[in-house]
Parts: sequence; C-alpha cells; structure tokens
Amino acid sequence: MNEEKTAPMLEVRNLSIQFGGLRAVDGLNLKIEKGSLYGLIGPNGAGKTTVFNMLTGVYKPTTGSVLLDGQNITGKSPVEINRCGIARTFQNIRLFKAMSVLDNVKAGLHNQTKYTTIEGVLRLPRYFKEEKRMNERASELLEVFGLEGEKSQLAQNLPYGKQRKLEIARALATDPKLLLLDEPAAGMNPNETAELMETIRFVREKFDMTILLIEHDMKLVSGICEQITVLNFGQELTQGETSAVLNDPKVVAAYLGE
Amino acid sequence: MRKQTKNNLITFGGTAVLCVLMAVLSGLGVLDNKTNGLLVPIGIYIILAISLNLTVGILGELSLGHAGFMCIGAFVSGTFSLVFQETIQPVWLRFALAMILGGVMAAVFGILIGIPALRLRGDYLAIVTLGFGEIMKSLAMNIYLTADKNGLHFGFTVPPENIDDETKRELLKGPIGMAAPQDTNFWIVLIVLLICLAVLMLFIDSKSGRACMAVRDNYIAAQSVGINVTKYRIMAFVLSAAVAGIAGGLYSHSISLLTARKFDYNLSILILVFVVLGGLGSLRGSIIATIILYALPELFLREAGNLRMLLYAIVLIAMMLWTNAPFCIRLRERIGASAPMQKLKGFLKKDKSAGGAA
Amino acid sequence: MMSFISYLTNGLSLGSIYALIALGYTMVYGIAKMLNFAHGDVIMVGGYSAFIAMATSWCPVWLAMVITVAVCTVLGVVIEKVAYKPLRSSPPLAVLITAIGVSYLLQNVALLTQTATPKTFTSIAAGAPPFLQVFEGEAPLFFTALKDSPYGDRSPILTISMETFLAITVSLVIMAGLTLFINKTKAGKAMLACSEDRGAAQLMGINVNGTISLTFAIGSALAAVAAVLMCSTYTQITPYTGSMPGIRAFVAAVFGGIGSIPGAMIGGILLGVIELLSKAYISSQLSDAIVFMVLIIVLVIRPTGIMGKKINEKV
Repeated sequence: MNEEKTAPMLEVRNLSIQFGGLRAVDGLNLKIEKGSLYGLIGPNGAGKTTVFNMLTGVYKPTTGSVLLDGQNITGKSPVEINRCGIARTFQNIRLFKAMSVLDNVKAGLHNQTKYTTIEGVLRLPRYFKEEKRMNERASELLEVFGLEGEKSQLAQNLPYGKQRKLEIARALATDPKLLLLDEPAAGMNPNETAELMETIRFVREKFDMTILLIEHDMKLVSGICEQITVLNFGQELTQGETSAVLNDPKVVAAYLGE
Repeated sequence: MRKQTKNNLITFGGTAVLCVLMAVLSGLGVLDNKTNGLLVPIGIYIILAISLNLTVGILGELSLGHAGFMCIGAFVSGTFSLVFQETIQPVWLRFALAMILGGVMAAVFGILIGIPALRLRGDYLAIVTLGFGEIMKSLAMNIYLTADKNGLHFGFTVPPENIDDETKRELLKGPIGMAAPQDTNFWIVLIVLLICLAVLMLFIDSKSGRACMAVRDNYIAAQSVGINVTKYRIMAFVLSAAVAGIAGGLYSHSISLLTARKFDYNLSILILVFVVLGGLGSLRGSIIATIILYALPELFLREAGNLRMLLYAIVLIAMMLWTNAPFCIRLRERIGASAPMQKLKGFLKKDKSAGGAA
Repeated sequence: MMSFISYLTNGLSLGSIYALIALGYTMVYGIAKMLNFAHGDVIMVGGYSAFIAMATSWCPVWLAMVITVAVCTVLGVVIEKVAYKPLRSSPPLAVLITAIGVSYLLQNVALLTQTATPKTFTSIAAGAPPFLQVFEGEAPLFFTALKDSPYGDRSPILTISMETFLAITVSLVIMAGLTLFINKTKAGKAMLACSEDRGAAQLMGINVNGTISLTFAIGSALAAVAAVLMCSTYTQITPYTGSMPGIRAFVAAVFGGIGSIPGAMIGGILLGVIELLSKAYISSQLSDAIVFMVLIIVLVIRPTGIMGKKINEKV
C-alpha cells in the first residue's frame, strides 16, 4: 500500500452518552475511511440513532471525541457541524412539508448562497445570479434522484419513497464530506429498496461521498456496505468486513435475542 | 416567469390598482363619508395583517402582542411629531422621520423581546408576546410629557411638576393619551402599504424567507442543513415588529386623540383573525380578509358590533377545524373529487403556490 | 405592619384562587399538551351561572354552587370534544388559534346575552361577619365574637373578610383533595401516565380519550369554584371577568412550571401575593405590567419554571 497516509473521514474515539442512569452509548470507536460506505447495525434500542445524534450535535456526548477529516467537532452545535461537513437524514422523515420539492433542496443550499438579506430584499444583481445558480444546482440534484418532475409539488404530497429520496437530495445540497443516512430503506418495498441501493452507490461515485448508514434491511447492508459495526446495548459487539461480520454467531445471537 | 414571482406581481398589482382606484374615487368626492372614513383604517389594518402573517404564517410562531408593537410605533412617532412640530420643516420630512423612528423603536423592542422568547419553543412566545402587549399598554397609559420654555418634562404615573404655565404644552397625558398632528391621509397610507407589502414579499421570496419557512416546517431538519434557527426566527419577528410599528405611526397621525387603551389584547386578536381567515402564509389572503372582515361589517353591521365579534370567533374555530380536522380533510377531499368540482377546477385552473406565499 | 398583613392575606386569598385556575391550565397542558386559552372564560361562564342561579328566589347558595360546577364541567368537556379533539394531531399553532377562538366565542356570547354592563354579584358569605378583626390595643377577635360588634363604632386596624378566609381554606382543601386523587386513585394515575406518554398509556390499556375528558372536567370544575370565590371577593361580573385572571393564572402555571401540579399551586399563590403587594407598594396601574415582567424574567432565567422539567423533542 503506497497510498499517502491521510486522516480518516470520520474518527470516533471512546464516545459515550448517559441519560440519567442509562448509558445509551458506551465507549464507541469508529474509523471510516474517505470514500467508503459504512454500515451501523444492531437490534432496536441499541443506540444507533443516538450515535447519529451525537455525531450531528443534537446530543452532546458525555465523554469521547468526534473528528471529521482530522478536525475535532465534539460538542459543536448541529448548525456548526453541518457547516463542517456532515449532513444527515432522519429515521422519521423530516422534510419541510409545506414547501415545494425544489425549495426543500434550495433550503439545503442555504449556506452556499452568498447574498445577504438586504441584497435579497433590494433584489440586487447578486440575488439573481445566486438564485439562478441555486436553481440549477437544485435541479441537478433532483434529477439524480428522479424528482425533477415533482419540482413544484409540496413535499408532503410526495409518496413515501420519494420523500426519503428528497431528504437525501436535501442533505447532499449542503455539500457535505460525510453523509449519514438513518434507515433510508425503512418502509420501502423490495423494488424501491433495490432502486435505493443503486442511488446510494451512484451518489458515492458521483459526489465522491463517504457514507455512514443505519439500516435494518440486511439485503441492503450486505449489498452495499463495505464495512460494518454492530451495536448492541450501546456497546460495540463487533466490527469489520460486512460478510465476515454478518456470519459471526455473536451477531446472529444478538439479533435473535439469544 | 416563476410561479411565485407571478403570484407576487398579481397580488402587488391588484392591491396597487385597488388602492389607487379608491384614492381617486375618494378625491373625486364619489364616496360617501362612511366609506371615505374607512379607507385609512383599512389600509393600516392591512399593513398590520401582512406583518403579523410574517410571524404567524411564515415563521409559524403565534404572536399575541402585535398591538404592543403598534403601540410603540404610535406613541414614539406621535411624540416625535409633537416635539418637533415647529422645528422640523417641511411637514413630510418630519412625518417620514416619525414613521422611521416608530418602526425602528418597534424593531428594537422586537429584538429585546424576541431574543429571550424565541429561544423557547412552543406556546411560550404566545404568552410572552401577550404579556409584552399588556406591559406596553400599561406603560403608555402612565407616561406624561409636558413641554414649556425650559424644555421637556417627563412624568411617570403622575404629571410632571414645576411647569411654566404660560408656555405649557401637554404632549402626553397618561391615560388620556396624545393628540399627534393629523398628517396621515389615504395617499400616504397607500404608499406605505405598497412599500411594506413589497418588502415582505421580497423577503419571503428570498433565501431568508425560505430559511424561515424551513424553521417553521421542521426546526430540527433546518438545523441539520445548517440554517441558524435563532437568527432567522429573530429576523422575521423583528421585521414583523418594525412594520407593525410603522402602521402604529400611521395610526397615531390619523386620529384626533390616541389612547393607549386601544392597543389591547382584543386588537391583537382582531389582526390574528384577519391573518387566519386569509390563510396562514398568504399575503394576498390577509389583504382580502382584512378588507372583507373590516369593511363589510362597518358598512352593513355597524349596529350589531357584538354580533360581528361573535362572527369572528366562529370564523377562527371553523377555519382551524376546516383546514386541520381529519373529518373535514376527508370531506374536502370528497368534495374536491366530485364531478362538478373537477369541472370547476379545470375551468379555473388556479395555481396553488408553493410555500404559500401568494 | 397591620396593613402589610392585610395585603398579604388578601394576596394569599387571590393567590389561592389563581392556583385553582392555574391547576386547570397545568393539568390540561400536561395531558393534552395544549394551552387552553378558553379556560379563563369558563370562569366567567361560571360566574354568570352562579349569578343567575342566586338571583332566583328559590335557589339556596349550596345549590347555586352545585349548578355552577355542573355547568362549567359540562362546558369544559363539550369544548374539548367539539373544538380540541378533532385537532389532536394538528400543528400546535392550529390548536392554539382554535382555543383563542373558543375564548372569544364565550366572551361574545356572554356579551350578547348578558350585555357589557357589570352585574353586582352577591357574595356567598353575604351577611356573615368578617372572619377576623383586630382593634387597637385589643386581642384579635374571630367571627363568632364579631356578630354583635363588641367595640361599637371603633374601626379595626386589621380586617380579614370571610371571603378571604373561605378562598384560602376552600382552595387548600381542594388542592389537598386533588393531590390525593391523582396519586392514590386509578383515574388519577391514568392522568399521570397520559401526561408522561400518551401513546404508551394507550398501549397499557388506558382510555386516553376518557382521561383527557376527565382532565377537562376536573379543570373546569375547579374553575367553577374559583369563579364563585372570585366573584364573591370582587362582587362584580362582566363578560371580561375571566380573561385577565385567566391570563394571570396561566402566568402562574408557567411560573410554577407548566405541567406540574404542585408548581401551579405555588406559582398561583406567589403570583397573587406579588400582584397585591405591588399594587399596594408600587403602583396599582402598573400591577399587570409587573406581573408580566415577572413572567418574562422567569422565562428568561428558568424557562421551565420553578418545578417544571425540560422536555426535549425526540429526534
């Protein structure tokens, strides 16, 4: 291996959080290399979404640190963390329901739009230039997800599968280095899931993205994740190459509830 | 042309045409006294309604103290005009300065109240703004200001003493109120209204307005895409307050005696009724609702004032049930899917704007 | 000193009335997660019911009380069923606006049927001697000794009226009863469960709709009692009688920590005392402003109130 030694995209060291007496996540370590597709799996209540919430600043970890591309982002606010380069989707879809599909993505482009409120209200040239650029970029993203036809529909009127895709498009609009997907295939039928797998692969290629995802659908996990970590009761059960981990009797036991 | 731009142009153009038409008719002396007298208040209420719609419809936060911001604008600008009545000439300059000052002071209070209140979620803003409105009313009712040759004398809860009687001029008389110069006429209201309308529209149809709506729809998701939630909540709230302050300035210069009692909870609710009936987030709706709800009862239901309030109350409840209750949603879908409605829809081909900002 | 004690007892009496009203707000907020803006106007309806009942010649005071409580309870439950229940899964803004609409509706119905002219309310303790009087240089005298004015025309330096005494005692008894009810009975525990997690409560077989109705019923019944006590103290009633006390009681509920029952009691009593003392020692016109100032300061320093706990939205 002659590749130059660079920091991993995400490095999590000894991450823990305590809610009252409960240690929801206990001493988690993760190392996700640039450009990889990483899975975080585990039974319900294992603490997977809590990990996401700590990575994105929704919760402040009790101990431990999070490094994004070598930069320490522990304890920053969700807004700052997004600006540092982490974008996410949510387990229970959180779209801007009463806004159009296009505006949802444009809201994601918010921080890359370089005009001030005053320039916007006075309709100075920069407003038009930036809005035009924004519309083009948003349309591009919508096209990737096959949503260009529903541009002016309200987000709440989209079918479920498309809402999930729109959420990914909106996250990508923030131009992240790392994309966190929280159960992207939840509620999808097998066809939609297969299509989603294609889309995720495509996003990784096209945007050169590092992706960390939580998923219960083992077909999706084994189909696209290169490495996974299994979480059980807030602790790491095992981690490694997907196929090896999924055949580990410990993992099977955890899922079957031993 | 984009749909929203088109919608905005229709709203703005329609309002402008209607306003100018009314102003010309009034100038020609075609309108009767009753209608004539309604023009200025309706214009002021429209400004209040569209500004409140920014907070309630676009930001999704309930403010029950809009009258408080109007109160600040009214008293600050009115006092300014009274103090500088002789010194600043011409009149339009003094008047314009008074309006700006009223708006700025309302904005300052918007910041003062918004920073603590908007950090909280849920119903707290409603309560804090309600309390704020009551505080402003009580304070305004207790301020005395008297001018004489030695300058201005200020009194709180009691009139100031040691005034030179010969040159005495009482500007603010506590609960009795103030009599600002009556500079407001419908042309001025019309110009201010159109400026405010344009500013609000342009704000809503920019990245800032989009950020506010994103916060309204889901603040956790808004944070996750890097939108500074507090910043935009305060920005919209303060803009809304400033516009209400300007409306207050117009108001204090349009009536012969201004008393703080006017700016009570009921006034805030009245404006809220206009906004809710017109549709949350729709400026066009606010304008139409204000005209209908304010003018029609004034013209036809004057005697039955209480009946009108009852009507407003029923309208509020019915609107909320109609748009949100599950059985009403089902009913609406059934009506919408019925054959005559489909035909009607095809006929009208009305576009439903995204984000609601029509 | 005597005047301070007098202000303090009056403040306590007003505060216990606020506490009764605040309990209605806080219980409803705890369980239905909504701010029942119409609660203050239920008080007003209660006041008019008692007024009308007592104006008839055949109706004794106790029956008037029963009628008032019945009217308010039914009204509270009906409001919940008709206006709030259909909106249970709607955005909070819609529910809040509906509640304001209901409040407005009640006020204007009262305005149409009872007119804006204040009605003189006969105190339920009318004709009874004051609860306690202190005369210069004498030992304090209680009501039993005051029936036949023992000191003739001398004016007392401290009087505590029967209404004040009643308001404090009745409120204390009711609060104690309510605390027992919630902690000891099955229905009370169901209320606690619903306020903790409505969904989970439903899964445990608790009748959530019934529990919410029960909460509104209890809150409105308390409002009825508060109405009678308040109208007896102030002896006047108008269609707007309920709105300011309602708002102040809500401030009290927030002050004590919305959703917390002991918080509402403490908040109510504190607010009543603050209001009367500021009326007495600062300015009577500014007492409302001071009450709201206190609210805003509390919310800035401790948004959850004295006894409240922080609620985070689940992500």
